[in-house]
Amino acid sequence: MSAFIKSTKENNQIVIIETDGYLNNEGGEAISAICYEKIKGGQHKFLINMAGTKVVNSIGVSILIEIIEKLQEVDGKIGYYNLAPIVAKTFNIMGLTKYSTVYTTEEEAVGAL
Amino acid sequence: MKKPSVELKLPILPNMELIATQTAEVIARHMNLTEDQSGEISMALIEACINAFEHSKTDSNVFIHFLIEEDSLVMKVIDQGIGFDKTKVEIPKIENKIGKDERKRGWGLQLIQELMDSVEFESTSDGTTVTMKKNIKH
Repeated sequence: MSAFIKSTKENNQIVIIETDGYLNNEGGEAISAICYEKIKGGQHKFLINMAGTKVVNSIGVSILIEIIEKLQEVDGKIGYYNLAPIVAKTFNIMGLTKYSTVYTTEEEAVGAL
Repeated sequence: MKKPSVELKLPILPNMELIATQTAEVIARHMNLTEDQSGEISMALIEACINAFEHSKTDSNVFIHFLIEEDSLVMKVIDQGIGFDKTKVEIPKIENKIGKDERKRGWGLQLIQELMDSVEFESTSDGTTVTMKKNIKH
């Protein structure tokens, strides 16, 4: 597993991926690899805990758009929590918040997703 | 008195943009910028560097100049590539990307313009200079 993926776990049938470090193309691909494998296994709900990711670039975030697109095909959902303010602002500018949700805590996210 | 400035020369190698953001963070602390301002400057810088790395189509270095002014921070990202025509860059919209064949990337200029107070592009066949300015509210 990529060093960018700190951990993965499941809570209430939601796959929770905890990241650590720079969300660039490699980080994005590490997330998508897990999501696509889990989608093949029948899981359709994902949360990304980004507490350890203070820096992103648009290439990495674009890969999250690809995941959103893939999840639309299976009526799935993805959300994020513990975002740094600039990461949340970037998601907003790029429009991710129109197709997925930013939560404050894991508890809130698991309850809502 | 001459205004303080910082200059970097970055080789085109993976993740070199993070050297620029680390420098920007030090300058932001020196200028007493807020965490939000510092984050916006770093994000814009990352995108400008990536554009320079990817689109300059050259293996020469990318130069970054930080100009510290009393009421603003000016950052110039300079490459020696083949240049680009900004009028041919479409404004990206996620609605046009989701569920369509259109590539998902292409957000760099949009992010830079949203995060900075002013942005200027000078591009010729000898290279491109992106000048980004963040006004500082004291």
